[in-house]
Amino acid sequence: MGMRALFGLLLAVALSLAAGAARAHPHVWITATSQLLYAEDGTITGVRHAWTFDDMFSAYAVQGLESKIKGTYTREELGPLAQTNVESLKEYAYFTFARADGKKERFQEPVDYFLDYKDTVLTLHFTLRLKNPVKPKQLVLEVFDRSFFIDFQMAKDNPVKLVGAPAGCQMKLERPSDGTASAQKLNEQTFMNGENSNFGMMFANKITVDCP
Amino acid sequence: MSGRLHSPLARGLLACAAVVVVLGVADAALHNLLAQNPFGAPRPAQAAEPEASGLIGWLLAKQSEFYRQMSATIRAAKSDGSAVWTLLFISFAYGIFHAAGPGHGKAVIASYLVANRETARRGIALSFASALMQSLVAILIVGVSAWVLNATAKTMCKAEGAIEIASYALIALFGLRLVWVKGRTFIRALQAVQPVPAIAGVPHDHHDHGHHHHDAHDHHPHDHSHDHAHAHAHHEHDHVHDEHCGHSHGPTPSELAGPGGWRRGFGAILTVGIRPCSGAILVLVFALAQGLFWAGIAATLLMGLGTAITVAAIAVVAVSAKDIAGRLSAGRDGGGALFMRGIEFGAAALVLLFGAGLLFGYIAAERTTCF
Repeated sequence: MGMRALFGLLLAVALSLAAGAARAHPHVWITATSQLLYAEDGTITGVRHAWTFDDMFSAYAVQGLESKIKGTYTREELGPLAQTNVESLKEYAYFTFARADGKKERFQEPVDYFLDYKDTVLTLHFTLRLKNPVKPKQLVLEVFDRSFFIDFQMAKDNPVKLVGAPAGCQMKLERPSDGTASAQKLNEQTFMNGENSNFGMMFANKITVDCP
Repeated sequence: MSGRLHSPLARGLLACAAVVVVLGVADAALHNLLAQNPFGAPRPAQAAEPEASGLIGWLLAKQSEFYRQMSATIRAAKSDGSAVWTLLFISFAYGIFHAAGPGHGKAVIASYLVANRETARRGIALSFASALMQSLVAILIVGVSAWVLNATAKTMCKAEGAIEIASYALIALFGLRLVWVKGRTFIRALQAVQPVPAIAGVPHDHHDHGHHHHDAHDHHPHDHSHDHAHAHAHHEHDHVHDEHCGHSHGPTPSELAGPGGWRRGFGAILTVGIRPCSGAILVLVFALAQGLFWAGIAATLLMGLGTAITVAAIAVVAVSAKDIAGRLSAGRDGGGALFMRGIEFGAAALVLLFGAGLLFGYIAAERTTCF
């Protein structure tokens, strides 16, 4: 009689337990500002990021580092850590995803990178050059962690700067909404698409630049 | 009986230790394997990408909220002692929400309980013991590496990563062991339903009960051939209990209280408890940096308590659901037992799949991100 239903229930419980385990919540918060770099002829050559970590992670990251003055860290003292940072970021594609007129673009390894430590927080600066500079009508740049271990927020003030962009280019920034709403939205979308999109995508910061 | 309690435990521990060592060596290789999965690389959606519901979204938001308050509260505690109480409360609340969201602990514990006909009471005990172990491991890691050795975050993170992989492997092994034991029982139940030649039937049954009982005492991955010898030697007269198992298998007081009672769940506790939560590690290091390591320890323990409560609640639900299924199926002779053995086998398989999924990156749990 209700046996089948019960078995189904047990299965559902088991599956939801397993699925529940496959979900992360952020442990690291990054406040980002990004500059889009343009060449003189209007091609986009790359992105320069400045990512400020939350104070908890910053304290964790500088744990055990030597410094001349206690509680302060110079750019040189943080050099090895910055190196580790950018090297590790490669595995995550620098959490930066670019599409030029819908086509995926790739980045070279980071250059001009350093860390600074101010008001007990670390900021990582680095430049990502595009493998192939592009001059698209529309560039979409997304910054997010698919696994949502890291929560990326674009800074409140001047989050995105276009450096040397041709006149007439329009920039638009879409911020992730708060977790509740976006998760709800994802649920509905998933239903409609019939496929599982990337969870962290809902927490993406989407920068769109349209040029004439 | 007491004579054999020690040696399997020792062997089990030894086996676990061996696994950890082997994994430590294989760490580099495994890292390469994991490196192929990550978040940046385009990977088809088959990789269990979870869909989020409104409730989960809310849980996530709540967790983040409590977690983010922690650093400010620890800072405040430096000058204002009363902030410690706030910290403890936040940690406790975070633990409750945290366990309801991510983490593999509850899945393993619930499956283990279902597979092993455990009681709700034992489920609660296991939940608390594994959460306590998880907290202690976090405190130990940070205490030894950051406080005593003044290791860098890079070193700590590597250690965390190694433990993480070891814990996934442990889940898989634990699942393998459960599948082995439960699979045999399930097959016997199948044979019992579809009558096999009588000659094979009788000794089989006997063996089954003996094996069962022994199994209930021991879940360490170790030499199976040994099991049988013991099972026969010790339990041939014991199977009277098991005649009705699956219907109502309340443990006898000696089972609960005796050392074997605890040892039984040790595999589950170790499997779940070995991996510290990244959040706890961050909080501990932060507290250490603020010169308030003890506050970090207190926060970690309270997080563990909160986690235990949620996991225990889930464990009770899982055990109750199975009990109801057991009662419903009890009416049918033969088929009912088969049904229950099937559920047990399914739960065991779930642990194995889960461990393998985590190990090979098909399921992305909270992965330690070092950078």
